[in-house]
Amino acid sequence: MNEPEQSIILLYLILVGVLLTAAGLIWLERRLLGLWQDRYGPNRAGRFGSLQVAADMIKIFTKEDWIPPFADKPVFVIAPAIIVITTLLSFAVIPFAPEIEIVNLNIGLLFFLAMSSLSVYSVALAGWASNNKYSLLGGLRAAAQMLGYEVFMGLSLAGVIMLAGSFNLREIVEAQRNVWFFIPQFPGFVIFVIAGLAETRRIPFDLPEAENELIAGFHTEYSGMKFGMFFVGEYMGVTLISALIATLFFGGWMGPLLPPLCWMIIKTFIFICGFILVRASLPRLRYDQLLSFGWKLMLPLALLNVVVTGAIILAAS
Amino acid sequence: MLSLVKGIWTVFKHSIRKRETVLYPEEKPSLHPRWRGRIILSRDPDGEERCVACYLCAAACPADCIALQATQDEHGRRYPEFFRINFSRCIFCGFCEEACPTYAIQLTNDFEMGEYHRHNFVYEKEHLLINGSGKHPEYNFYRVSGVSVGAKDSGEGENEEPPVDIHSLMP
Repeated sequence: MNEPEQSIILLYLILVGVLLTAAGLIWLERRLLGLWQDRYGPNRAGRFGSLQVAADMIKIFTKEDWIPPFADKPVFVIAPAIIVITTLLSFAVIPFAPEIEIVNLNIGLLFFLAMSSLSVYSVALAGWASNNKYSLLGGLRAAAQMLGYEVFMGLSLAGVIMLAGSFNLREIVEAQRNVWFFIPQFPGFVIFVIAGLAETRRIPFDLPEAENELIAGFHTEYSGMKFGMFFVGEYMGVTLISALIATLFFGGWMGPLLPPLCWMIIKTFIFICGFILVRASLPRLRYDQLLSFGWKLMLPLALLNVVVTGAIILAAS
Repeated sequence: MLSLVKGIWTVFKHSIRKRETVLYPEEKPSLHPRWRGRIILSRDPDGEERCVACYLCAAACPADCIALQATQDEHGRRYPEFFRINFSRCIFCGFCEEACPTYAIQLTNDFEMGEYHRHNFVYEKEHLLINGSGKHPEYNFYRVSGVSVGAKDSGEGENEEPPVDIHSLMP
């Protein structure tokens, strides 16, 4: 099998895998939230409620897909697509196993950061195009949050890049053959997880949605599958950040006994469950708390982490 | 920051807690004896209707869901010609049961009354009337001794039981 054919097959496999994971997460999240709140969650449709996803799909596809007359129609329609496209594109650079990777970009990490920055356009444009003051507030919040968090998200990865000496995700994984980067880069790991939470706009950083102050924030006016796109986009974002945490800090596909892909999937799912656990336990931050936390605490910490890591590498060499 | 981590840990510990949910259709909830559910009309131990159509339940009903019409049989005994409860309006407050002088109207432990059509919530007398005596098995309104009126003394009337000795503790 030659190279382009292989990568096209891989592309479809990863696309289907990611979409199935995102759909399955709807069920997983509800079950896990139920577990942690001493209840069951969906348990009627199918065994353990596993057909809940199918039921939700049928529901969301058959709902009226309504565009409000006051909305900016082209932007309103394109906004939900952006989040799905940018998140799916980010999956292209993630090495799931030594052979399973769509493109081996030498700037893979930068590509991911660029795509995650672009995904804010989805939320900001959705808020703008809805022509609704709550949606606009949600979109503005998303933009401000993204500005605040994108900066130290990039900086938190600087330590990893310095240790691995590469932006290539495959080489970063290879560099963790001896020791996983979450040990030398523990502050970077913590900061990246926090930034990742903010990046996916989940509790405690779900201010763009903020049901109890902004109704549903940027997707107040969305219904049917357009809303579903935001939903799926959020879950794909969670999968993406979890996969990246596994890749960058926990040795990616590396692990004993099991095949590499299994390890990657296990690690990813552990972090997905971690994301859901955080959602189950923490309240939403206030908006000013969020921004001052980002700019005044996380950014200096990330910078300090870069300086200390750099100094240690310099001293060692 | 530490408190956040402690909070997350506390939630995580709930992974092994027992779930509080009662899986309803398979597992029935335990209801208390005084649960206020579906309303019934009971009969006295002789199998006669207890209801004397006094309208007190209808008057007490805050949702105004009880409708009835009094009539008399050949012995001059009052009974409702029709008795209608609209359960789509009923709030199950139990005021009718409290107002009833003859223990005729009673609230039961049945709450599974779902219907697909709203008109099915209107229960007529044939749906309400049961064959038993409900919560007060021995009670018979017409046998309880009344007060002394000019024609008869207390407990002297036809079929009346002797008056209760209020100084006795015996049942």
